Amino acid sequence: MIETIHNWLYSTMPQGVASIVEMILIALAYLGFFAIAGLFLVLMERKVAAWFQLRIGPNRVGFYGSLQTMADALKLLSKELTGTAKADKFLYNLAPYFVIISALMGLAVFPFTKDIQAFDINIGIFFLIAISSIGVIGILLGGWASNNKFALIGAMRSGVQAISYELSIGLSLLTMILITGSLQLSEIVEVQKNGWLIIQGHIPAIIAFMIYMIAGTAETNRAPFDMVEAESELGAGFHTEYSGMKFAYFFLAEFINMFIIAAIATTVFFGAWLSPFGITESIPWLGVFWFLGKTLVLIFLMMWFRWTFPRLRIDQLLTLEWKYLLPINLVNIVIMALIVWLNLTIKF
Amino acid sequence: MALREKNNKPNSLKTNNLELGTQNMKPETINSNFKSEEYQINMGPQHPATHGVLNLLLTIDGETIKKVEPDLGYIHRSIEKMCERDSYQQIVHLTDRMDYLSSNINNEAVCLAVENALELEIPERVKVIRTIIGELTRISSHCLWWGVMGMDVGALSTFFYGFRDREMLNDIFEETCGARLTMNYNVPGGLMLDIHPNFVKRVKKFVTHFKTKIPEYDRLLTENVIFQKRTKGVGVLSKEDAISFGVSGPVARASGYSCDVRKYHPYSALDKVTFNESLKTEGDTFARYQVRIQELWESLSIVEQLIDNIPEGEYRVKTNAVIKLPKGEFFQKVETARGEFCVYIISTGTKSPYRLKFRSPGFSNLSVLNHIAVGGKIGDLVAILATLDLVIPDIDR
Amino acid sequence: MSYFSDIYKGIKTLLTGMSVTGKYFLTSRKGAITQQYPDNRATLKMFDRFRGEVIMPHNENNEHRCTGCQKCEIICPNGTIEIIWDRGIDEETGKKKKKIDQFVYHLSMCTMCALCIDVCPTDAIIWGQNFENSVYDRTKLTRVLNEPESKLMPGVED
Ligand code: SF4
Ligand code: SF4
Repeated sequence: MIETIHNWLYSTMPQGVASIVEMILIALAYLGFFAIAGLFLVLMERKVAAWFQLRIGPNRVGFYGSLQTMADALKLLSKELTGTAKADKFLYNLAPYFVIISALMGLAVFPFTKDIQAFDINIGIFFLIAISSIGVIGILLGGWASNNKFALIGAMRSGVQAISYELSIGLSLLTMILITGSLQLSEIVEVQKNGWLIIQGHIPAIIAFMIYMIAGTAETNRAPFDMVEAESELGAGFHTEYSGMKFAYFFLAEFINMFIIAAIATTVFFGAWLSPFGITESIPWLGVFWFLGKTLVLIFLMMWFRWTFPRLRIDQLLTLEWKYLLPINLVNIVIMALIVWLNLTIKF
Repeated sequence: MALREKNNKPNSLKTNNLELGTQNMKPETINSNFKSEEYQINMGPQHPATHGVLNLLLTIDGETIKKVEPDLGYIHRSIEKMCERDSYQQIVHLTDRMDYLSSNINNEAVCLAVENALELEIPERVKVIRTIIGELTRISSHCLWWGVMGMDVGALSTFFYGFRDREMLNDIFEETCGARLTMNYNVPGGLMLDIHPNFVKRVKKFVTHFKTKIPEYDRLLTENVIFQKRTKGVGVLSKEDAISFGVSGPVARASGYSCDVRKYHPYSALDKVTFNESLKTEGDTFARYQVRIQELWESLSIVEQLIDNIPEGEYRVKTNAVIKLPKGEFFQKVETARGEFCVYIISTGTKSPYRLKFRSPGFSNLSVLNHIAVGGKIGDLVAILATLDLVIPDIDR
Repeated sequence: MSYFSDIYKGIKTLLTGMSVTGKYFLTSRKGAITQQYPDNRATLKMFDRFRGEVIMPHNENNEHRCTGCQKCEIICPNGTIEIIWDRGIDEETGKKKKKIDQFVYHLSMCTMCALCIDVCPTDAIIWGQNFENSVYDRTKLTRVLNEPESKLMPGVED
């Protein structure tokens, strides 16, 4: 189908116009996906949280509450945008866009199936890591500009957190790249046709995956690393002073970031759209479901963390990173290098 | 700071520091260039961690707490003054509204004081029922505390698990006396109503249910490595300090100060039961947590010992419609879920007290806050606040 | 070495915690503790001793049991009860007798302490189980408990 649209565009229009139109169409498609994914994840979080906590969860709007987040989004849209008197208005208004746009950009490089991938750039993983750390600037700006001490503490915490956990994310992904030998996401998937990387790389890969999940949870500022919001300590943290749609941007971005973290893990560790043992190899479009399915499982895992664990303290957060994750990670890379060098990877 | 000094003496940094090196500079000057600034922040009166309208004025340096000043009085209702106007039956219901989580134990304290003054002979049945309900109140209060403790350190699900178990207790209370929180079930002379026929059955059901739940509390929170890291060694209160600050209840017992009123001055039927006073010596947040979990077991065992043999008899002795205490001073202390609660009545022989003083555990327990929280992080303060288990109306009265 | 045992123990306790919540997740269908309140109105029954509001039951002849002794008014800690009374002629004995004109109950001030019900010698007032007491106009919270034209039940003495 994508092929036909592509051909049709190029046959009816001059090439330049056609490519621009195509880009806009793709952007719109991704925006739509972004909105739906965000709304769905919020609903999922609420339902999952409710089930963990012996509650029922949203069940009024729509079938079993399926339209609840839609209603919430409409409510947030119609709300007044308030702000503090001495806020730095420009930065204050800029912050939510930083957060949401960086989240949105990350989505572009994922291989949902063999054919559905907006950009297959050759530095895919690097791009993702870079993009995902831009979001924190938004949080810093928001916390600083809103002229609220609680928000400022939250923002500073977020800066500290991002700087440290960025490392672990990068290194744990690097461990896996030793096997693939490429940063390009499509090639990483290609390599996994001989078995998902978590199986190919066995022990070091599992360690890398665990580190990645921990660091990823921290990167998205979710419990047990939700120092940034820490509602029992800071009220609402960096977005204390945001209301209405601006708050919704922060809120949605958190979920999209979660999706991105889970999607990276799916791509790098669990073979993206590849089905287990190639059972649906003959029907390529089923890849989308495999991709989303695996991602959702990982997202569920992150939600499970959130609704079980207590929050760390800020210094423990740093201890965990610098004393545990980072050394283990470095050793892990060496082990992985040895394994790749000695050809000890498991391949089918 | 550094910037401001730079502006004052524009060349000093450039020339002096670099060329003269450090030996010509006083250490203070070096430090003052890099001194971080302290700032103040109001935690409360509307803040999730203070569990009520308590305002904490924090002086912090980055994340480190330099000073905590509790600012009280947001929910002061002058209950002690109201007591001077009210009759003794009416005073009981005011104590519900102080430490509302141990309302029944507070009621008991006033009733015991009045009964002692009148030298009333209280039937055994009343004593046993009072003790059972008192211990159930303690369990219910600790259930709530556990849930909120988990929530304060960031584990959100504990709140619902704690409240699920508390709900069973609330139903028991509601069935017997009609109210869930502010019970006002004790009256001078006994109980307002006899226990509901379902009471024993329901309590037994609760005991069996709850015995399976405390280990679950342990697995979910107590053993959790993050939780232990958050609480161990945080907010250490030494035994000496505990005594000199007048701390009582689980907070004091966690510091190794054995002060259980139930053991030393048993009231109602507490002299008939055997139980251990839960003691810890570490005095940190985790010890306070463990003491409370231990108390859950002890209270359960007290309830179990009594529930099967509630003696038959009257549930109330008749008192005069207008209770007049003899001239004199009367004192009674009890152990609520938070510590030592004392009632001190000065009577001039009229129908209401001349002066009535409540000693509430929360107030003294709050007084150690500045002592133990300084030097910690904001997250520590929240954990400490949670294990001090403050009920703000109890502090303000 | 304690470094690695720390990590091992840490991960183990975290997984134990997750198993607890995970168990609840799987049994969430049965274990939900939510009361779906306005939906379960039909089945929601309060306990018989539940303190909802003070009511004064009347029998089919529009008779209540309140003699107007004012004990409840005196015991009430916050002036929730106001009894407006009158003296009427008792039909049987012909003597003058106290009777209530209006038994005014300010629900907004009541602390549900149950002292009035406890003290009433004739059990004229009891607890009602209605707990849906919210209204848009607070004057609606001031109620006259005795029905208009109601009389004292014959034979009730204090
Ligand atoms: S329940 Fe208490 S407050 Fe309410 S009317 Fe009766 S005595 Fe007064
Ligand atoms: S309700 Fe009872 S106590 Fe009150 S005036 Fe009537 S009879 Fe007396």
